[in-house]
Amino acid sequence: MKDKQDDLINYVIALGDDSLILGQRLSEWCYHAPFLEEDLALANVALDFIGRAQMFYEYASQLETRVLKENARSADQIAFLRDTRDYRNLLIVELPIGDFAFTMARQFTVDVFNQLYLQQLVNSTDSTLAAIAGKAIKETDYHLRRSQEWMLRLGDGTDESHQRMEKALKELWGYTAELFTMSAYETALLRDGISIDRTALCSDWRKIVTELLQQATLKVPSDEWQVTGGREGLHTEHQGDILAKMQYLQRTYPGLEW
Amino acid sequence: MTNFKLNEVELEAAFQSRIDSEQKIEPKDWMPEGYRKNLIRQMSQHAHSEVIGMQPEGNWILRAPTLRRKIVLLAKVQDEGGHGLYLYSATETLGITREELIDALHEGRAKYASIFNYPSLTWADVGTIGWLVDGAAIVNQITLQRTSYGPYARSMVRICKEESFHQRQGYEALMVMAQGSPEQKKMAQDSLNRWWWPVLMMFGPHDAESANSAKSMKWKIKRKSNDELRQAFIDQTIPQVEYLGLKVPDPDLKWNQERGQYDFGEIDWAEFERVIGGNGPCNRQRLEHHRRVDREGQWVRDALAAYEAKQQARSAA
Repeated sequence: MKDKQDDLINYVIALGDDSLILGQRLSEWCYHAPFLEEDLALANVALDFIGRAQMFYEYASQLETRVLKENARSADQIAFLRDTRDYRNLLIVELPIGDFAFTMARQFTVDVFNQLYLQQLVNSTDSTLAAIAGKAIKETDYHLRRSQEWMLRLGDGTDESHQRMEKALKELWGYTAELFTMSAYETALLRDGISIDRTALCSDWRKIVTELLQQATLKVPSDEWQVTGGREGLHTEHQGDILAKMQYLQRTYPGLEW
Repeated sequence: MTNFKLNEVELEAAFQSRIDSEQKIEPKDWMPEGYRKNLIRQMSQHAHSEVIGMQPEGNWILRAPTLRRKIVLLAKVQDEGGHGLYLYSATETLGITREELIDALHEGRAKYASIFNYPSLTWADVGTIGWLVDGAAIVNQITLQRTSYGPYARSMVRICKEESFHQRQGYEALMVMAQGSPEQKKMAQDSLNRWWWPVLMMFGPHDAESANSAKSMKWKIKRKSNDELRQAFIDQTIPQVEYLGLKVPDPDLKWNQERGQYDFGEIDWAEFERVIGGNGPCNRQRLEHHRRVDREGQWVRDALAAYEAKQQARSAA
């Protein structure tokens, strides 16, 4: 029973980490975007992900409270007070924002995945996860409409934008494999219908992404390399940079209210 | 037909009598060239201020100490960008494009609020900017809800609602710090020390020294003088400072029973001139950031235009 509870906590925190780190990355664009409307839109998307992270962490905190009572961590403690190896986010979300093409290419591949994933998670036997997914999927529909529009605009825009987009896709392609890699705790929760089988989403994802890339006159990169490890806390070096900034106040002034 | 054509003097008299009877001027109405220019100057300066103001606060988004603070700050900075956007649109009703306005900013022909040339050094500054900078802006903008130009007045109504939310969140963030650890209290007091005088400078020079004031008052673009607004801000803010248990860095500040207002010390006008003149701590950084981001985004805007042109050609074919 305790193992199952641990699996669930790990799973919920991993989903929270994916959202938080991507939200943190996206918020780097605020006042750095190519025009004002994009500053606002990217901030909107970032807000959705950080809000999503907050919901997952609050749930994880509640789950910990059942086991650990007053020793359970708060949502903020989970978000801000772990070291690199204890974050469970996928590598693709921690990569630097790069140029606008890279940010949009990542967003598009992740949005397509999220839509497929959340469509399943709304049916989770865990009612809290199902409820979070129900809220998140509406946001993701909007995110995907935006990111796919940008794929078309940049892929089929100028020579420069086309080249930047092809380069971006090549740079991130090897990180997409991890979207479909099951962690041990996800596999354990699958039997009870709590988690989702990621591997089963791969062919639909590939079909949707390929079709849109073709429409955007972009080549689908070859699958010659892949890197995974985020779910085991084996991150890129970028993760430490993100945390150094994000945790700065909590680390400099431990234990205070803000 | 020529009988019906009013000459410039008659038009201007009719215009002024509309102003005097508190009618709003709308984009298609006749207006003196000076009125139009004065409005473009003030409204674009206001729009640029919202956008440049995203920088000092945005500086803390990645370092916000809790999830809630991060969400509130990001939403606030996004709101400021939104204010910039509708102020640019309102200014465009005067027959000028956003690109022209931004060029004027980049070339130093247009100004933005000088307060944003000061750095946000600590987390307390995020609270102080919300509380005092937005607070000072509200005092000014509340009167601008009655400004004579319709589109400007209407955008102020909307902006004021959001600004008062910003001010509350800023004050609330500082309250937590003022009631927190000795380090947090010190951080809050230090922040107030650094921002207090620059915030008072936001209202501009004394009325007698203000170059644009007389005309703006006559045309009811401005509804209250710089000194009146500054006094109103001080009177409403000092009780808030006291409630936090902080002190403003002004030894001359004291309640004047007779006037029913606070007396306060003289602003360092040399500093005011220096920062307005481009030599504040962050002037170069703020403007260069805006220029750089604009440059770096050019290929995206080009791609967008090229894609839209292709789409149009396709739908025409």
